[in-house]
Amino acid sequence: MHGRPRKPLKEEDESVLSAKAEKLHSLQSQFLANHQNRIYTKEALDLSAKLLEINPECYTAWNYRKLAVQHNLSESNSDSDASLFDQELKVVENALKKNFKSYGAWHHRKWVLSKGHSSIDNELRLLNDFQKADARNFHAWNYRRFVTALMKISDEDELKYTEKVIGVNFSNYSAWHNRSVLLSTLFKRKAEGFSHKEKVLQEEYKYVHSAIFTDSDDQSGWFYHLWLIDQTVKNDAPLLVSSWPSHGANITLNGNNSLHGSGLSLLNSTLSDTKTLPVILCFNQAVEGVNSSTVVVKSELLKEDLVWKPLSTNNSSTAQVWVVYLNMGNMKLQLSKTYSIEINIGHSMGILSSNGYHYGAPSQITFEVCVQTAYTEPVDGQRGKLTSWKDNDFRKIDHFEESNPAVSADHHIPTTSNWCMEAIDEEITNFQDLSDCKIRKLTLARLLIALDLLSPQHDKRKNHTEEVLKLYTELMKLDPTHSLYYKDEHSLLLLQQITSSRESLIPYCHYYKDASETNTSYVCLRLQNLSLSRMGSFENLLWVQMLDLSHNELRSIEAVTIAFKKLEKGLTVNFLTGLEAMQLLSCLNLSHNKFGSFTALGPLRLLKSLKVLNISCNELGSHSIDTRRYLCSSPLAHSEVFAWDRFEILCGSYSATKFWEAFLIFESLNLTDLNIAGNAVADENFASFIVKVLPTLKLLNDEEL
Amino acid sequence: MGELVAEKRLRYILSIEKKKDSFESVVMEHLRMNGAYWGLTTLDLLGKLDTVDVDEVVSWIISCHHHDGGFAGNVGHDPHILYTLSAVQVLALFNKLHLIDADKVTNYIVSLQNEDGSFSGDIWGEVDTRFSYIAICCLSILRRLDRINVENAVKYIISCKNMDGGFGCTPGGESHAGQIFCCVGALAITGSLDLVDKDLLGWWLCERQVKSGGLNGRPEKLPDVCYSWWVLSSLIMIDRVHWISKG
Repeated sequence: MHGRPRKPLKEEDESVLSAKAEKLHSLQSQFLANHQNRIYTKEALDLSAKLLEINPECYTAWNYRKLAVQHNLSESNSDSDASLFDQELKVVENALKKNFKSYGAWHHRKWVLSKGHSSIDNELRLLNDFQKADARNFHAWNYRRFVTALMKISDEDELKYTEKVIGVNFSNYSAWHNRSVLLSTLFKRKAEGFSHKEKVLQEEYKYVHSAIFTDSDDQSGWFYHLWLIDQTVKNDAPLLVSSWPSHGANITLNGNNSLHGSGLSLLNSTLSDTKTLPVILCFNQAVEGVNSSTVVVKSELLKEDLVWKPLSTNNSSTAQVWVVYLNMGNMKLQLSKTYSIEINIGHSMGILSSNGYHYGAPSQITFEVCVQTAYTEPVDGQRGKLTSWKDNDFRKIDHFEESNPAVSADHHIPTTSNWCMEAIDEEITNFQDLSDCKIRKLTLARLLIALDLLSPQHDKRKNHTEEVLKLYTELMKLDPTHSLYYKDEHSLLLLQQITSSRESLIPYCHYYKDASETNTSYVCLRLQNLSLSRMGSFENLLWVQMLDLSHNELRSIEAVTIAFKKLEKGLTVNFLTGLEAMQLLSCLNLSHNKFGSFTALGPLRLLKSLKVLNISCNELGSHSIDTRRYLCSSPLAHSEVFAWDRFEILCGSYSATKFWEAFLIFESLNLTDLNIAGNAVADENFASFIVKVLPTLKLLNDEEL
Repeated sequence: MGELVAEKRLRYILSIEKKKDSFESVVMEHLRMNGAYWGLTTLDLLGKLDTVDVDEVVSWIISCHHHDGGFAGNVGHDPHILYTLSAVQVLALFNKLHLIDADKVTNYIVSLQNEDGSFSGDIWGEVDTRFSYIAICCLSILRRLDRINVENAVKYIISCKNMDGGFGCTPGGESHAGQIFCCVGALAITGSLDLVDKDLLGWWLCERQVKSGGLNGRPEKLPDVCYSWWVLSSLIMIDRVHWISKG
């Protein structure tokens, strides 16, 4: 049992214990014999009762008693039935006195009750006794939920019970937890008095303050409060958050039998080789049902129905990001003519979130495509020349046309009702004191983020990002044990700030070499040296083709959960825009970070356009534990079919255990330029292995092959 | 110094195996199969598995095998999913899985899955997410995971998700580090970790560290070394272990 220190035994104690052991051993042997021979006499039953009183964990004895009851029931009349069950309940009570955490004892009681025996009063009395003995006994709480369901006690009454318990001692996490369960159910079925969430939540905020402010180290109210914030800000309906091309964009394609375009550039040789134009839709949560009926694309260019694909890293049919590739090669495009493409989303039903909510307000995106004749030289990545990441190869951008799709910052933020903002606003006033209290600072940070999330675009209230970034920095000093948690949150917010608008993005956008706005412009987003420990805001980066994230502290490029999620009981909703959303990404620099495993690069597998990858100077091969192992779709997680045959051929005599993850990630990519130098795994064997896996490779570790 | 400590641990484990008559041993007789798993895997980690009489252990395990495919905690006891996993794990450890009929064991576990996707521990019907993990882990070792309804199993586990991102024994049950390990483990093996709210759960888990540096299993409870396993391995599976200090 927990919390009991081990002490060496004294001699008297030893002999007493020895006698106890012998007695118990003899009881157990006799019991097993009775069980084996199906003996259910009163004597045998008493023996088992004695056994269970000493050792309630002996599960076979509980089974035996059920068998005995069944046996004796069949041979008796209904009068003695009640006493039979009474006896069982008594045995359970005695056992629970010995160990009130015995799974077997509690289950036996449930078994008796499910036969229709016992009274509400009796069970509630028992539960009240246990509550007094240990208010956090989860067996008792589980049993309470079982009894109240069985005997149809109302959720409202149970809610009052939690108030009673919290009234005795606010430090009762189990009671707060139960409260969240009850309220969720009451909200869901819109019970009388609970159909207006606002009123209820406002009361709950006041109520939980007792738990948070009385003792700042007591965690009982923290998670309940966070849940309240989530209930306040959450938006159930799926909505479009961003797209590429964005609404109002002008895409200029260059003719001459090759498809190059402003904003599409020659970096994107995959797209020009296949002559396809991607259209990317990014929703606020994972959805299913995006198809040619629910998303109608109108244009004189299109002859056939389009097939939308979900971008899911584990082959799921739901995803937050969906993409379709328009086959421009098949269309007869006239020079200098502007074609309009109109995308209507959600005008007919079918787009659903994981917990059954339909797409919110129908929306529309229109963009234009135009073809010109100018032909331009392909750049480095396409011709097999080395892509440079050096400072002098980049030039800052001063200005960008709104309609240029190269940098898009058009986001659709759903509108929310006023009470949400008022509720958050009011809560903020309770947390604004300047004390050096961790939970107050953290909660204030979360509330400010929530407020900014809820503020409508046109109402440019003072943005609180700077204040929150400062709070996280203070928290890293105040609570150093969890400093990397605050650092991750800091990085996410910083990225959100940088990518939130065209004005904030421009300072980080650079032209590569000869590119400019008038000729084939392409832009590199340079986010190096920002101490980023976490990536995010991918929904704002759909337009990016060249990305420099070097010299940061990234450990993965995973799907990110935004601070506020839905926590509906039953099914969940994922906020999962990861790097896989960046379908235009062609050149990526992740050097000088903290990538510790190939599985951390999982999302790269969905980037069709990726040609140039620099992962030099990371920690690949340095760690014995892979914390990304089950987060990456792979045969270990039963979610991926692995090309074993090809792997065995390529691997040959090398160590399969060392290379299978690299194979998993790289075998479906078409890289022309890869840099893996400066990683523990990158020895000669690995280099020659990877060259075999990537037949399209022209450059390895900055050297031509 | 490291050598000495390992030697001590080895002697401790071997001594427990032999000391069947102490009170502690007798009172836990019924779960000896679990004890075998914990003890033998520890020996394996210490590189001393060869100090054990494999044949003796294996024949004892087989003697706990019931005709319905399940394994009991010890000779004479009833079959239960808990001991079935331990038995399979120990046989796998010794590379002796071929000695049992994997299909039979699979059928036993399949028979314990309920309509809502949950798993009972045995024929008497106790439901707990621990059993979901056990079923999924066991069938994964036997390479027969497709014999159960994985989708429903995952749905049931998710239905046990709480306001704090954690998981309980049954729907509505309070989050507990042990249950969380089981649920996260089951979701990991079935490639369903995208359904876990990793940031929320990660924060709850990293806040299990108390002032003394130890870890507890739930808010405002005492730390215990067993929680170091449940909490840390859960954090590792969802890639948030860096949120906790190493001290």
